[in-house]
This record gives sequence, C-alpha cells and structure tokens, in this order.
Amino acid sequence: MPVTVNVTSVIQQAVNGQREFKADGGTIRELIDNIDRDYPGFAGRITDDKGEMLRFVNVYLNDEDVRYLGGKDTAIKDGDVISFLPALAGGN
Amino acid sequence: MVEQPKTNSAALSPEEVMRYSRHIIMGQVGPQGQRKLRAAKVLVIGAGGLGGPVALYLALAGVGKIGICEFDSVDLSNLQRQILHQTADIGRPKLVSATEKIKAHNPHVEVVGHPMPITSDNAMEMIADYDIVVNGADNFATRYLVNDATYLSGKTLVDGAILLFDGQATVYKPGSGCYRCLYPDPPPPGLVPSCAEAGVLGAITGLVGSIQATEVFKQILGIGNPLVNRLLLIDALTMEFRTMKVRRDPSCPLCGDNPTVKELIDYDAFCGSPPLMMPDGTLAAAAH
Repeated sequence: MPVTVNVTSVIQQAVNGQREFKADGGTIRELIDNIDRDYPGFAGRITDDKGEMLRFVNVYLNDEDVRYLGGKDTAIKDGDVISFLPALAGGN
Repeated sequence: MVEQPKTNSAALSPEEVMRYSRHIIMGQVGPQGQRKLRAAKVLVIGAGGLGGPVALYLALAGVGKIGICEFDSVDLSNLQRQILHQTADIGRPKLVSATEKIKAHNPHVEVVGHPMPITSDNAMEMIADYDIVVNGADNFATRYLVNDATYLSGKTLVDGAILLFDGQATVYKPGSGCYRCLYPDPPPPGLVPSCAEAGVLGAITGLVGSIQATEVFKQILGIGNPLVNRLLLIDALTMEFRTMKVRRDPSCPLCGDNPTVKELIDYDAFCGSPPLMMPDGTLAAAAH
C-alpha cells in the first residue's frame, strides 16, 4: 500500500536527501524494512541493534505518535502520511 | 529616566498607552492585558538564535521582567542569524550586548542577566523568579535540564528547536506532557549534529523565535489555543507547517504516574556530553 513518507533533518541523509517520497508497507515495521531495502542504512537511523525503535526518533502515523498506537506493528493504509522525526537541539 | 511601573494594578502611563496602542486596541489585549504583560516575568535560556528574537519581542511587547541566561561572547559566525548582536559586539559578552539592544528598544522593561550556564545547581533558584521559561538552548543536556527544572518548579516551558531548514515549537504545561514524553532518551553524542556542525538557515531562528514569543503572549494573556499537546513542525524549504500530537506518557520518569526523577540529575552524564562547567566552577571548553 503506498503511503507518503516524510523525513526531517538528519534522517534525510539516509534517503538521498529527500524530504518526502512514496513507499509501501502494511505496518510501520514493513515500511521501515521496505525503505531500508531501497536505502540501505535507513533502518539503522530509526531502530537499534535489536530492532527496537530509538527513543530519540519519533514516528508518526499522520499526527499520532505510533508509540501510543501499536509501535512497529501499527497498521498503515493507502494514503497515510508517515513522518520520521529525530530530536533537534539547535537553538543558537 | 523612564519610570518603570511593575504592578498589574497600576494604570498605564500615557507613554505606555501610546507605545503599546497597537496591542491595547485589540479586544484580546486591551489595557488589562497590557498590564498583565507588564507584570509578567519570563526567563529566556540563551540570547542567540532563538533567545534573541524571543527576548526582543517580549521587550517590544512590554513584558515587565525578562531574565536572560547566557554566558557566551559574540562571535563573527553568530551574526548571520543572531539579531541582538552586531559587528561591533564581536568579543563582547552576549548578555551585555543583548541587554543594551533590548533597553534601547524599550527602556520600560527590566532585564535581569544570569551570566552563567544553567546547571543542576542553579536551575531551580533561577527559574523560581519567573512565571514562564523559554528554551533557546543549543544542546540536549541543557534541554533535558530546563525541561526537568521547569516541570519540578510547576512552571510553563515554551520550547523551540532548529536545525538546517527545520524548526519545532511546543508548549509544556505541568501535567500535559514534557520533553521526556516526546523524546524519552537523548541521542548518543555526535549522532544529531548541532547548528555549528550542520548549519541552520538564519531566518528560521526568527520564525521559530517569533512563534515562541507568540505562545508566551498567549500564556500571559490567557487567550487562544496554545501549542500545548501539539508539536509544530516547520519546513522552511516547502514552507509547510504541520502539527503532531504530544501526549503525557504515563511511564515518563518525570511527569508519569510513577516518577523516578524527583530532583535534578547530572544531565551531562545522562546525555553523554562533555560538561559545560568544571568542578571548580569555571567554564569548560565545551561551553563555547
């Protein structure tokens, strides 16, 4: 199922500098795996060595943090917007 | 010498009525709202990219007491974005430069300088004098420290962050979630670059800083729909603004149901970052 993927700031480096693109997947887990297939190293920006989602990168299904849904098992459907948002600390 | 009335109840002077007339004429502000602004006390962390426009707009609006926590000096590379500092200020303390500019814009406001890094040792005492804290910090350790200290003080935190062409802003009120709810852990050192390492569009500091100042005004005036439980995302390249939900995490170690963080901790150790202060109280090289 094609969804729109938004990536912010430093994670864009992992997807050839794109800010938005289309990808497929029935769950967040499948989506990350599929993006990683196209852009090796992407998953390492989102998950740790054990495959757990990093706690300084938030993943949103539309406007909801997937931690409050089903985490990586959260189902996604055609037309959804998935955003990968790392913490920013800049202020100066 | 300009008289500086500070109470909420004192009438506005004719000069104040004229100076703030574009605010006062609005029904949501009026003379009563302007007196609220005059009686408000706001602490701004940093007088750089974000702190500069925040402090300036607070001053222009007549916020009565503006605290600024800033220990650094003006560098040539600051001048691409930091609007309170000018070429002649290079090498001068940012706090001195910022105070001069703010007072030149509005001599009615009181500027209180805190010429040191905010630390676990001084944060609670520093914040105690203010109603609202605005975060313009440039590192994760200070962000977690300011978050925790503000929550433990029962104060509102108006947060903002920038990098490259991206900006974020949100407001944390005690009980509605906090920075730890949004990002439970900091990234390992070096994984998320700083503005110095990756760059930042100068104008986005004004964009996010103006939003932070606007949220402060709304908090003081009690108007509108604040950025509480919402994270505003700004993409300057597409000029798209989106908002994401921010929830209070019941498992949050600070504001959750069973908190374990009940006092300030060692945030440099928490973030794995080099300390800003040496044990003898002097600034470490990493502070600059």
